[in-house]
Amino acid sequence: MSSTAATFDSAAPPKTGPRAFIRRLRHGDEVAHTITLVFAASILLVTSMIVYELWINSHLSRTQFGWSFFWTRVWDPIFDKYGALPYIYGTLVTSAVALVIAVPLGLSAATFLAELAPRRISDSVAFLIDLLAAVPSVIYGLLGIFVVVPMMRTVIGPALKGSLGFLPFFQGPNYGVGFLTAGIVLAIMVVPFIISVSREVLLTVPRDQREAALALGATRWEATWKVVVPWARTGIMGSVFLALARALGETMAVTMVIGNATVISASLFSPGDTIASTIANQFTEAAGNLYQSALIELGLVLFLITFILNGLARLLIVATERGGQRA
Amino acid sequence: MKKNVLMVCLLLGLVAAVGADSTVLLNAAGATFPAAIYTKWFDVYHTQHPSAQINYQPVGSGAGIRQLAAGTVDFGASDVPMTDEQLAQSKVKVLHFPTVLGAVVPSYNIAGVSGDLNFTPKALAGIYLGTITKWNDPELTKANPGVKLPGEDIVVIHRSEGSGTSFIWTDFLSKVSDDWKNKVGKGASPNWPVGLGGKGNDGVSGLVKQTPNSIGYVELVYAVQNNIAYGKVQNAAGKFVKADLTSVTAAAASSKDMPDDFRVSITNAPGPAAYPVSSFTWLLIPAQIPDAAKREAIKGFLKWMLVDGQNYNEGLTYARLPKNVIAKETKAISLIQ
Repeated sequence: MSSTAATFDSAAPPKTGPRAFIRRLRHGDEVAHTITLVFAASILLVTSMIVYELWINSHLSRTQFGWSFFWTRVWDPIFDKYGALPYIYGTLVTSAVALVIAVPLGLSAATFLAELAPRRISDSVAFLIDLLAAVPSVIYGLLGIFVVVPMMRTVIGPALKGSLGFLPFFQGPNYGVGFLTAGIVLAIMVVPFIISVSREVLLTVPRDQREAALALGATRWEATWKVVVPWARTGIMGSVFLALARALGETMAVTMVIGNATVISASLFSPGDTIASTIANQFTEAAGNLYQSALIELGLVLFLITFILNGLARLLIVATERGGQRA
Repeated sequence: MKKNVLMVCLLLGLVAAVGADSTVLLNAAGATFPAAIYTKWFDVYHTQHPSAQINYQPVGSGAGIRQLAAGTVDFGASDVPMTDEQLAQSKVKVLHFPTVLGAVVPSYNIAGVSGDLNFTPKALAGIYLGTITKWNDPELTKANPGVKLPGEDIVVIHRSEGSGTSFIWTDFLSKVSDDWKNKVGKGASPNWPVGLGGKGNDGVSGLVKQTPNSIGYVELVYAVQNNIAYGKVQNAAGKFVKADLTSVTAAAASSKDMPDDFRVSITNAPGPAAYPVSSFTWLLIPAQIPDAAKREAIKGFLKWMLVDGQNYNEGLTYARLPKNVIAKETKAISLIQ
């Protein structure tokens, strides 16, 4: 073995053999380094270009309304008065409702699939869930219109009013469309993300962790809940924020079931609107310059909201990691 | 083998040369409401005049106006005439040419009520302002003797997205109600005082169908093609008129003073046969077209549209232009230079 290697080494320009291989690999490293760097930088470039375009094109609206854009409740294209508050409210409320429903549901399902279900069932269900994530949002919108909206009017709404009607969230007329319906449809849309990513993360938890807990006398549930889930929490949170990002930016499905009214109401039955839905609804017919500029500023606001929430998410992850170390 | 290749190349070259020489390709964009008839027209016109080919993108009236003003399309289309401000800002001088007529009709869903309801302008304005909230409001019961209207809350439904349909509807309400004019005004996406928004004609009619005691408005074309029942609206002469192709054309014919630039609203038109919530839709043509081939193609199409094109209207449930408007437009074609 060593003798053959030596003979190869003695050849003047080594075309094959370990050294040449290493050299090529080093070249390959550089190539890979450059290519991946370019792609990583292009993401940064695209993001900054989006911000730049939104900033430049919203100039008219920014100078006209200033900070009051954030707390004005009127959106009136005829009298050219624009405020984003109802849409900011709608965006946050629908996304919050979606997460309140989707997170417990998604995490439970992911835990079951990763920890308790037989591997074969887990894999086939995971395959179906990945399919769900690929369904276009207009299909979820149709599902909302034909299934969730009538159910909201006849079953869910009256049931909520009957049981929790004393809360301000469940008062007022129930049209079937509104914040709650939009939140439910969004929850259905984002659950596959949470399940799919969380399950993968839970599966990567090392066996030793689980076995150590079991050896210490923990029940299977205790091992899962107190050891496996905390181990995977960064990844699980990642899945939740992926879901949140999708909910914040969803357009079509929300437009179809939210009722599209510029309204701020504590009642979840009330119709409302979100930032993304408003932009999609109004952009094509936005004839005035200020009108168009205000819509672009809405886009900027959505970007800002996503940015802030993402930042908070990072902080939360850092904080829990520290907490975990202390414990 | 070589010969064959040469022949093919020659043939291809010939085709390319012929294509380049004689086909004029025009790009247009704008209103969605007349998209069906425009597509039909451009298609038929191309078969009859192979030298002119027109691509039409139904991107919405506002986008059509913007693209024309920026000079990215050869001509635009809109359900709403351009405002003085928009005309002043446009890079090109724009001429308006009415093409077909449309109308907007009230559609409703009330348990136990079948047949056409009568709506006074005051009732429609009140309902959409939120001042009339019950179906048995005197303003509604007075206009509908013999119909038992329930004492239920009215669920108001409007378009969620900016649209020419909403413009026509609010233009009518602005003319018949001072309250509406001062508080809301006319526009493609006004600040609705009450109600739910549905996306598109299908979204509105879907919500109306699903929601008990609701009222919405849809385009006449859409209502006819989908067999949606709709009500009559009282016109300026005091008559309750049901929208159809005749009553819509009558509204255009009875509109007395057609301005020279054709930017006119015909809602609430006088004349006993006129349906009051009607409107023209316009092609927006640049007044100066330096490219002679394009200019002649557009002029040729306009002439054809005013005569032969109008015959395709009824098949697609668009109302045809009245004779006096056609005569006036024919003269105006010469303004394109």
